[in-house]
Amino acid sequence: MNILYDERVDGALPAVDLPALLQALHQALPDLAILHRAEDLKPYECDGLSAYRTVPLLVVLPERLEQVQTLLQLCHQRGVPVVARGAGTGLSGGALPLAKGILLVMARFNRILEINAQGRFARVQPGVRNLAISQAAAPHGLYYAPDPSSQIACTIGGNVAENAGGVHCLKYGLTVHNLLKVEMLTVEGERLTLGSDALDSPGFDLLALFTGSEGMLGIITEVTVKLLPKPQVARVLLASFDCVEDAGRAVAEIIAAGIIPGGLEMMDNLAIRAAEDFIHAGYPVDAAAILLCELDGVEADVHDDCQRVAAVLTQAGAREVRLACDEAERARFWAGRKNAFPAVGRISPDYYCMDGTIPRRELPRVLKGISELSEQYGLRVANVFHAGDGNMHPLILFDANRPGELERAEAIGGKILELCVAVGGSITGEHGVGREKINQMCTQFNRDEITLFHAVKAAFDPQGLLNPGKNIPTLHRCAEFGALHVHHGQLPFPELERF
Amino acid sequence: MSKDRDMSQALLDQVNQALRLGTALRIQGGNSKAMLGRPVTGELVDTRNHRGIVSYDPTELVITARAGTPLLEIEAVLHEAGQMLPCEPPHLGVEATLGGAVAAGLSGPRRPWAGAVRDYVLGTRVITGHGKLLRFGGEVMKNVAGYDVSRLMAGSFGCLGLLTEVSLKVLPQPRQCLSLCLPMGRQQALAALAEWGQQPLPISAACHDGEALYLRLEGGEGSVQSARQRLGGDELDSGFWHDLREQRLAFFDDPAPLWRLSVPIASGALNLPGRQLIDWGGAQRWLKSSASAQSLRAAVAQVGGHVTGYAPGEDSSAPLPAALLRYHRALKQQLDPQGIFNPGRLYPDL
Repeated sequence: MNILYDERVDGALPAVDLPALLQALHQALPDLAILHRAEDLKPYECDGLSAYRTVPLLVVLPERLEQVQTLLQLCHQRGVPVVARGAGTGLSGGALPLAKGILLVMARFNRILEINAQGRFARVQPGVRNLAISQAAAPHGLYYAPDPSSQIACTIGGNVAENAGGVHCLKYGLTVHNLLKVEMLTVEGERLTLGSDALDSPGFDLLALFTGSEGMLGIITEVTVKLLPKPQVARVLLASFDCVEDAGRAVAEIIAAGIIPGGLEMMDNLAIRAAEDFIHAGYPVDAAAILLCELDGVEADVHDDCQRVAAVLTQAGAREVRLACDEAERARFWAGRKNAFPAVGRISPDYYCMDGTIPRRELPRVLKGISELSEQYGLRVANVFHAGDGNMHPLILFDANRPGELERAEAIGGKILELCVAVGGSITGEHGVGREKINQMCTQFNRDEITLFHAVKAAFDPQGLLNPGKNIPTLHRCAEFGALHVHHGQLPFPELERF
Repeated sequence: MSKDRDMSQALLDQVNQALRLGTALRIQGGNSKAMLGRPVTGELVDTRNHRGIVSYDPTELVITARAGTPLLEIEAVLHEAGQMLPCEPPHLGVEATLGGAVAAGLSGPRRPWAGAVRDYVLGTRVITGHGKLLRFGGEVMKNVAGYDVSRLMAGSFGCLGLLTEVSLKVLPQPRQCLSLCLPMGRQQALAALAEWGQQPLPISAACHDGEALYLRLEGGEGSVQSARQRLGGDELDSGFWHDLREQRLAFFDDPAPLWRLSVPIASGALNLPGRQLIDWGGAQRWLKSSASAQSLRAAVAQVGGHVTGYAPGEDSSAPLPAALLRYHRALKQQLDPQGIFNPGRLYPDL
């Protein structure tokens, strides 16, 4: 089932009189950068999920809050959909444009407004890159903890919209755990402050609701993030295993020993071989799985915990446990993991990255399921896994130039996500639903839950003008998607019309 | 465990009947947080019979329990497995329940370092204003599918739905815990905390009562011992933090009204009428004062904070800016269109 916006199932969008809209924009916002020629619009046709492309109606690149405010008021009056975008690195199509909508690029809001060392916060504009915050805080011995793998390019506004994660989430949390305050504009162009400079604020926790809402509830104009003192030291252990089950058990045993590693990553054999071939990190290419366990904190504690973890890993059946002997080796161990995606890109013309989460105890069952699906669909799957927090990134290898392979990759991807839901997990841990997983939302949530999500949306944007079609599927879409997956002879949503 | 019962169907029936008859509901667990918010008139929904731990696997770092489960029971089970609720929710009464703790959203002394109740909420089951029992979030650490309705429930005082079950992330207890008392004045304490906050010290609680700074150190043996040597002072019984959390220190005996001031962590000393106790390393100030809510609010707003009154009534919840209040009402209208859940508990018409 196609995931590009389909008015038949995703809802009709208002027709836009482009010349009249352009004229109104030029009149109200004479100094706003507007792109409208086909060749200028083309580079914005997709985000990090490049398999899906739609050329937007217009692209606007504002630089001042008042411009965004006026733009939103104008679009609200005229019923024009608005899709917000930061750096466009998202992997779920959350910033995929609409042919009938304006793409609002916030990348020019790129100023760091304040680094407050005593207050341990940074106040920044939404287009500031994730890594730039930590770089600006570094002279104070502070940093911003969430570190999605795209951190050199992705913006903090996008991080808030997607509730971005990274490899250190188990210990340091996701974006939602590291925010103090968000300034936003509603669909009507009204300014709201969510959260505060204090640790809490009166009323409902709208900051928590807004984080990860994928541009559906408002436009982010300023973000205040918490900064943490940089850990004194970080050490990394590399353990190799002859079977994946032992590696999975080792993860549980580390936690059972009362240790919360800064990072705990697993890779399977195909991912190990691809990464080693690319980076030469020193990974054992014949191992069924490796675990990378990073311990960070105060020197004395890290030293003790390294010894404890090494003992646990050996006990759990690791055939070899290596402690990175210096900073260079530590960086090399991580380089293999951090380059796992491009490494897989070298051994296959295309790959498709999934983002399911599962309770860790289900890991052996899910890996077995994935391997069976891989055989059934005739596509290889490499597994990279944030083992500490149960977030899997199966990479499906395919060749888009071979007829039918993209469709098979999508199909097996969908099946993997459904497997995650079946064992009590989720279809997305950190990449977001966007357009990519819009159908699988119908697997994770029932019609009443989806109806409640639409009610939340209606409280902020009753006309549905902000990022239409993302994050929450219509019941119509679920009805059609459900029809493809008839369980026990019963149709889900039996009372809905089907075409 | 023999008291474990799943009463979700009875709770659902009660909500559906209230929807049919248009009756307001007053949701109550152990009734230990009645000093917060405004009094609610409505038919009682007692969650205490819907209780019991549904699942707990220490190696998954997740506990799931029914809303009426006593907090004491949950803490005892976690303690036995060497784990804890890092946000240390205040009980404020022996009958405090999990549902009440999440609905009130209060966090204990570890808050600035470990996070709030809402930071540990992974999933909830909620009976909605449309008479449905729904599930949001789950038992996994990372989950960004759909809107984060579970975290929205934390601190919403039951105004958006009836919580029936909560999954929380838990953590191992620290290997070592040691508390210190360092005699020093308020200014000096706040300056020291601002400096230490920028360093990787294992501080997990910090309180100042006007006479001395009280610190809790938690971590591995090495970090706690080296911090202890560096910071000096006398050892303090760790029961202090429990008494602080439960408002049992002598400070709280003062008959003047109690106010909670939530302020930016580096606000410095606040000159206000009455007696103050600094908590959360400076981010939370307890105030015993007969000053008017209005005057306190104006003063605290100057530094970017807000004031909660710890006595039921109009002065309890800090007022919201008009635009924000409008979106609160819109959300309430969408999720509880008939306005049956704890009407007016936080704000009039909400």
